[in-house]
Amino acid sequence: MEFDALLLSRLQFAFVIAFHILFPAFTIGLAAFLAVCEGLWLKTGNETYKRLYLHWVKIFALAFAMGVVSGVVMSYQFGTNWAVFADKTGSVMGPLLGYEVLTAFFLEATFLGVMLFGWKKVGRGLHFFSTCCVAVGTSISAFWILAANSWMQTPQGFAMDDEGKFYATSWMEVIFNPSFPSRYVHMMLAAFITTAAVILAAGAWQTLRRHDQKPTRWQMRMAAGTLLVLMPLQIIAGHWSGEVAHHYQPAKVAAMEGWWETKSAQDTVLFAIPDEETRSSKYELAIPGLGNTVMGLPKDEVIQGLNDFDGDHPPVFIVFWAFRIMVGCGLVLLGLGVWGCFKWIRGTIDKPGLFHWLAVPGGMLGFVAVISGWVVTEVGRQPYTVYGYLRTEDSLSPVSAAEVATSLLIFIVVYAIIFTAGVIYMLRIATSGFDDKETDRPKTERRAPGTPMGSVDDMGEKENSPAGEGDVSNARENVSKHDED
Amino acid sequence: MEFLDLPHIWAVFIAIAVMLYVAFDGYDLGIGMLTAFAFSDQERNMMTATIEPFWDGNETWLVLGGGGLFAAFPLAYAILMPAFYLPILLMLAALIFRGVAFEFRHKAVRKRTQKFWNAAFAYGSLVATLSQGLILGGFIQGFTVEGRAFAGHTFDWFTPFSVLVALSMVAGYLLLGTTWLILKTEGELRDGSIKWAKRSLIGTVLGMALVSFATLSIDPRVTAKWGVSMAAIDFSKAIYMLPIPLACGGLMVWLWKDLFSKKAPDWRPYLLAVGIFLTGYVGLGVSIFPYIVPFEVTIWEAAARDNALMLLFIGAAIMLPIILAYTAYVHSLFWGKVKEGDGYHG
Ligand code: HDD
Ligand code: HEM
Ligand code: HEM
Repeated sequence: MEFDALLLSRLQFAFVIAFHILFPAFTIGLAAFLAVCEGLWLKTGNETYKRLYLHWVKIFALAFAMGVVSGVVMSYQFGTNWAVFADKTGSVMGPLLGYEVLTAFFLEATFLGVMLFGWKKVGRGLHFFSTCCVAVGTSISAFWILAANSWMQTPQGFAMDDEGKFYATSWMEVIFNPSFPSRYVHMMLAAFITTAAVILAAGAWQTLRRHDQKPTRWQMRMAAGTLLVLMPLQIIAGHWSGEVAHHYQPAKVAAMEGWWETKSAQDTVLFAIPDEETRSSKYELAIPGLGNTVMGLPKDEVIQGLNDFDGDHPPVFIVFWAFRIMVGCGLVLLGLGVWGCFKWIRGTIDKPGLFHWLAVPGGMLGFVAVISGWVVTEVGRQPYTVYGYLRTEDSLSPVSAAEVATSLLIFIVVYAIIFTAGVIYMLRIATSGFDDKETDRPKTERRAPGTPMGSVDDMGEKENSPAGEGDVSNARENVSKHDED
Repeated sequence: MEFLDLPHIWAVFIAIAVMLYVAFDGYDLGIGMLTAFAFSDQERNMMTATIEPFWDGNETWLVLGGGGLFAAFPLAYAILMPAFYLPILLMLAALIFRGVAFEFRHKAVRKRTQKFWNAAFAYGSLVATLSQGLILGGFIQGFTVEGRAFAGHTFDWFTPFSVLVALSMVAGYLLLGTTWLILKTEGELRDGSIKWAKRSLIGTVLGMALVSFATLSIDPRVTAKWGVSMAAIDFSKAIYMLPIPLACGGLMVWLWKDLFSKKAPDWRPYLLAVGIFLTGYVGLGVSIFPYIVPFEVTIWEAAARDNALMLLFIGAAIMLPIILAYTAYVHSLFWGKVKEGDGYHG
C-alpha cells in the first residue's frame, strides 16, 4: 500500500467525517429529547421534566459546539481534497448543500443562542419555540446532506456534458433518488437510538452509584421505552436499505454478505474471514440457502457474487465486518430495551444490578453502530465516489502527499485534544446526577465567592426568572461534588 | 430566464455573504484576540458574554460563503481550495479550538486547563484572523492555473504582500471587536475599549493604505481600472473610482472623532467600522471584477449550470430575508449592555 495523496485523502476524509458524525448522531436525538422534555414541562408543569431539560442542555451545548466546528471542516473538505469531484458534481451537489445552509444551519445556529442564553431573557413560549427550531433544524440539515450523499450512491435525474461534468435534469429525481428515503429514515432512527442509549447509560450509572433521583428514574424509563419501540423499526428500516442497495449496488450487498459465487439460494453468512487474495472466506459459518429469503427474494433467484464484478467491487473484509458490527450493536441495544422495559414493568429498574452494569457500556453502542453503518455505505460504494460514474481516483485535488499528510496529522492531534476534553466534560456532567432540590444543591466550591461565577450562583436563587426558579447557567455550571477533577 | 444574468447575481450574493461574515465574525474574532489582554477572569467573561449568543450564527456566514462558492462557482471552489490548502487548514484548526473554547472555558475546573482554553480562545482567534488575511492576500495576488486546476506551489500564498494583508486584517478585526465592546459594555471595560479602538483604527488606516497601494501595483489590469499607477494618474478613470477612497477616508475621520467625543452614541463606532470595511471591500471587488479566480477565471467561466443557479436563487431569495429577519430579532432579544454576571447565562 502506498501512502499517496489519494490514500491519504481518503483516510483524512474518513477520519474527519467519522469524527463529525459522532456529534450529529447525538445532537439530532438530544435536541428532540430536549424539545420533548421542555414541551412536557410546559404542558404538565411537572418539575422533573424541567430538571431533565436543564441537565441535558448542558451536555447538548458541548456536543453541539463540537458538531459545529467539525462540520465547518467538512464543508471545506470537498474543495481542499476532492477538487475534481467538486468541479464535476458542483452543479448537482452544490445546491443541495446550499439549501442545507440556508434552511438548516442558520436556523440551528441562531436559535441555539436563545436556547442556551435566553432562559432568563425570554418567555417560556419563545424559549420552547427556540428549542423546537434547533431540533427541527437538525433534522432538516440531515435531510439535505443525506439527499446529497444518497445521490452519490444512487445517482439519477442528471446528465453529463462533454467535459464530464454532471448537471441536473430533474431536481425532484436528484433529491428523492432511490436510496434517499430509506437512508433518511435509517439515519434519523439511528440518531434517536444513539441518544437513547446514552441517556440510559447515564441513568444506569447514577443508579449504580446510588445517587439516582427522580429525573434519573424517569430518564431510564424514557430511554428504555424508546429503544424498545425504535429498535424493531430500525431493523425494518435497515432491511429496507439492504433491499434498495441490493437493487442498485449489488456489489456492495455481495460484500456485506460475503457472497463470492454467483448462484441461486445464497447463504446467510454469520461468521467468516473474507480474503480477497484467495477470493474465498475462511472459517465460514453460514445458514445455507437463507440469503435470498433475508433479501426478500425468491429462493431460485440467481444473485451475482463478488467474483463476477470484474474486480470492480468494494473491499470485502471491511464492508463485511462493519455490517456485522452494526447489526450486532443493534441487536444488543434491542436486548437492552426489552430487558429495561421488562424490569420497568416488574418494578425493578431502579435496583442496581447486572442490567445496569451492561447498560453503561451500552451507551457507546449507538456510536459504534453509526460509524460502522457509514463505513458499510461508503466503503461499499468504492471504487466510485458517484456510483458508476466517477471514480474515487479521478476525484482527487491536485495536492501533494506531503500536504495531505500534514493536514491529516494536524486533524488527528487537534481532534484528539478536543475529543478528550469534550468527552471528559460531558461525562462529568452526565454522571453527576441531578441536584436534589434546586435550592439546596451543593455549591460549587471552585469559583471563589465574589467572582462573577460565584455571584451567578447566588443570583440564581434570589431572582425569580420568568421561566421559574433555577436557570440554565446554574445547571450548566454546577458540577456535582462527586467527581472532583 | 434569459434576462437574469445568474452568475452575476450569484457573484453579488456571495460577495454579500462574505461581507456579512466579516462584519459579524470580525467582531467576535476581534474580541477573541482582545481577551488575551483581559485584566481578570471577570473582564474576560464580560467580553465573551457580548458574543456568546451570536458566534455560531456569525460563523454560519462563513459556511454560506464556502458552501455558496461550491454551489454557484464549483470551478472557482475547485481551484481556490487546493491553492490555499494550508492556510485553510490553519484557519479551520484555529476555528475548532476557538469554537469549543467558548464552552470548554466554563467547564474546565483546574486552573491549568482553564488557562489552556482561555489561551486557545485568544490565539485561536488570532490564527484564524491571520489565516483569513493570508488567504485574502494570496487571492488578490492571483494564481497559476492550468486547464481546470490549480497548478502552482504549496506556498504560493505566502509572500510579503499576503503577510501585510494578514496584519491589516488583525488590525481591522480588532477595530470591529473594540467598537462592538463599546456598544455592548459599560464602565471601565467600555472606556478601555475606546483606547484600544483608537489604536486599532490607526493600524487599520495604515494597513488599508499600504494594501491599496500594493494592490495597485500587482496587476496592470487593476492599475488600468483605477487609472492610477506609481508613475501617473489618468484622471478620466480615477474620477469614477474616487468616491470609494473618499468615502473610506471620510468614515475613518468620522470614527476618529467619535472615539474622542463624549456625546457620540455607542452604536455608531461599530457601524462606522463596518462602513470602513465595506468601502475597502467594494474597492477590492471593483478591482478584480469580473474575475472570481483573480486574473484567470471569470465568474461566467466558473459558474455552475443555470438550472443549479436558478434553484439556488429561488432558495436564497426566499430564505435570506427570513434569515436576516430572525437574526435581527435574536440580536434584539439580547439588545443592550451586558451586565455583570450575564457573562454566563445572559
Ligand atoms: C445525518 C446528519 C449529518 C451528516 C451526515 C452530516 N452532518 Fe454536518 N451537521 C449536522 C448533521 C449532519 C447537524 C445535526 O446539523 C450539525 C451537527 C451538530 C450541529 O451542530 O449541527 C451539523 C453541523 C455541520 C456544520 C456546522 C453548521 C453550523 O455552523 O451551525 C457544517 C458546516 C456541516 N455540518 C457540514 C457537513 C458536511 C459538509 C457533511 C458531509 C460531508 C456533513 N455535515 C455531514
Ligand atoms: C456522516 C457520515 C459519513 C461517514 C461516517 C462517511 C464515511 C466515509 C468513509 C469511511 C469514506 C472513505 C471510503 C474509502 O475511501 O474507502 C468516505 C468517503 C467519502 N464520502 Fe463519506 N461518509 C459520511 C457521509 C458522507 C456524506 C454526507 C457525503 C456527501 C454529501 C460523503 C461524501 C464522501 C466523499 C466525497 C468521499 C471521498 C471519496 C471516497 O473515498 O469515496 N460522505 N466517507
Ligand atoms: C439491526 C439491523 C440493521 C440492519 C439490517 C441495518 C442495515 C443497514 C444497511 C443495509 C445499510 C447500508 C445502506 C446502504 O449502503 O445503502 C446500513 C447503513 C447504516 N446503518 Fe444500519 N442496519 C441495522 C442497524 C443499525 C443500527 C442499530 C444503527 C445505529 C444506531 C445503524 C446505523 C446505520 C447508519 C448510520 C448507516 C449509514 C447510513 C445509511 O446508509 O443509511 N444501523 N444499515
